[in-house]
Amino acid sequence: MTRLFPRLTLGLGTLAASAPMAFAQVNPTADSVREDALMQALQSGQAVTGRITIPDPNAAVLIDPGGRDWAITHSGTLFWITIVAILGMLALLVVFYLVRGRIRIDSGFSGRKILRFTMLERFAHWLLAFSFIILALTGLNLILGRALLLPLIGEGAFGTLSAWGKIAHNYLAWPFMLALVMVFLLWVVHNIPGRLDWIWLKQAGGLFHKGVHPPAKKFNAGQKLIFWSVIIGGALLSWSGIMLLFPGEVGSAGEWQFYQVMHAVVAAVMIAVVLAHIYIGSVGMEGAFDAMGNGEVDENWAREHHSLWVEERMSGKTTPKEERGPTATPAE
Amino acid sequence: MARMKFLCDADRCIECQACVTACKNEHEVPWGINRRRVVTINDGLPGERSVSMACMHCTDAPCATVCPVACFYTTDDAVVLHNKDTCIGCGYCSYACPFGAPQYPQMANFGTRGKMDKCTYCSGGPEPDMSAAEYQKYGSNRLAEGKLPLCAEMCSTKALLAGDSEIIAEIYRERVVTRGYGSGAWGWRTAYGDTIAV
Repeated sequence: MTRLFPRLTLGLGTLAASAPMAFAQVNPTADSVREDALMQALQSGQAVTGRITIPDPNAAVLIDPGGRDWAITHSGTLFWITIVAILGMLALLVVFYLVRGRIRIDSGFSGRKILRFTMLERFAHWLLAFSFIILALTGLNLILGRALLLPLIGEGAFGTLSAWGKIAHNYLAWPFMLALVMVFLLWVVHNIPGRLDWIWLKQAGGLFHKGVHPPAKKFNAGQKLIFWSVIIGGALLSWSGIMLLFPGEVGSAGEWQFYQVMHAVVAAVMIAVVLAHIYIGSVGMEGAFDAMGNGEVDENWAREHHSLWVEERMSGKTTPKEERGPTATPAE
Repeated sequence: MARMKFLCDADRCIECQACVTACKNEHEVPWGINRRRVVTINDGLPGERSVSMACMHCTDAPCATVCPVACFYTTDDAVVLHNKDTCIGCGYCSYACPFGAPQYPQMANFGTRGKMDKCTYCSGGPEPDMSAAEYQKYGSNRLAEGKLPLCAEMCSTKALLAGDSEIIAEIYRERVVTRGYGSGAWGWRTAYGDTIAV
């Protein structure tokens, strides 16, 4: 009521003296709901809600201005976070490669092989890896595709591709989550942080100095960081992803928007982390890929990067099952 | 060119739901999809008002902003339409829309929704005007026939107005001045960034 009069008087200022008379004789609904009053009472991000006859409670939301804010976040902030995360990491890796080059095995290949990852470990790793790569590409398509891919391949092809991408994203989420659980169960015992990791981190793992090789067990501190970011990031992605997969289970539009933003931000960070992981596991380090390739690494590589693990293996404390079989590579 | 808008004069709406029914009938809209709905604010309380709401055909439409496949387009009449052939049913537009306009024919496994459907301002889609394909996907194209949206045309109390922004705003302004009150142009501030100054 207090807001009503100044507003209307302002608008009717030119109508002279007859206007106030109109208020005096009419207005049977002086306290009727007014849109501007409601919108101001409910701060931004809130919604104007009423009663509806159709059996969908969400339809009772008449106006929800928060949708516009999310639209701007989605197409602006998330777009740029994704681009900066990916290009930033690629730039860092290029600089690292130019400065450090490929990290070689200092003492050269010994020719002797040690089994580092069993078939089951490799299966879990590659299931996680391939599902993540497809999830990442199809997810990136939803954020960047419209700006980068659509102008290249045209509306029809892009629409078809995106429709398949959405299906792939929805269904490959499940193998991803399975692999995430497998990887966690297989490796969590080797990834408990310890005093050695502190030493490793203080020497930056020897990443920046040729010939420096801090001692490490099965996983060094860098790998433990990757492990825990994959586990925590993967869990956040899985949780927010499930919320997005079952929109009926998520309450309001605002909650869904929260999960979408969370999913996109965590995904951008994870893509950057995994890019670094892919680099150091392939071009970045000589002999590293074998660990996940056929599972067997060169003994000299292992001695340089996982000295304590090699000692443990040699003393026969932990012998993976595969090695006991008839096809096992002799230790010497 | 006209700037087409909807305006619901909530002080006239009697919640008869005829606009909802007319829309469903005109476009043969399937079960479960409501391109238009009537929401009652402060139901049963003094000052209760009902507002008929559908797609408001926003300026800088947020649905078009978030659509990952850019299937939305704005016509010369400023009507926001979309291409169902491109739509992947991701649901983003329904979360960006301040008015709950986007509708989906199904809610299947993993949130699979089917192609989005919404109010077309009775002006079809990208297919040729008044073609069978256009009718099947989007409903009838009354604008191409020189008619306004049916929901507003048949509104018994003329609460729901459709037409050029300036004309319907002037009608509403006259009403408010004449009767001395008005609960506002619902949704205009959110859809177009301004409201009708009375």
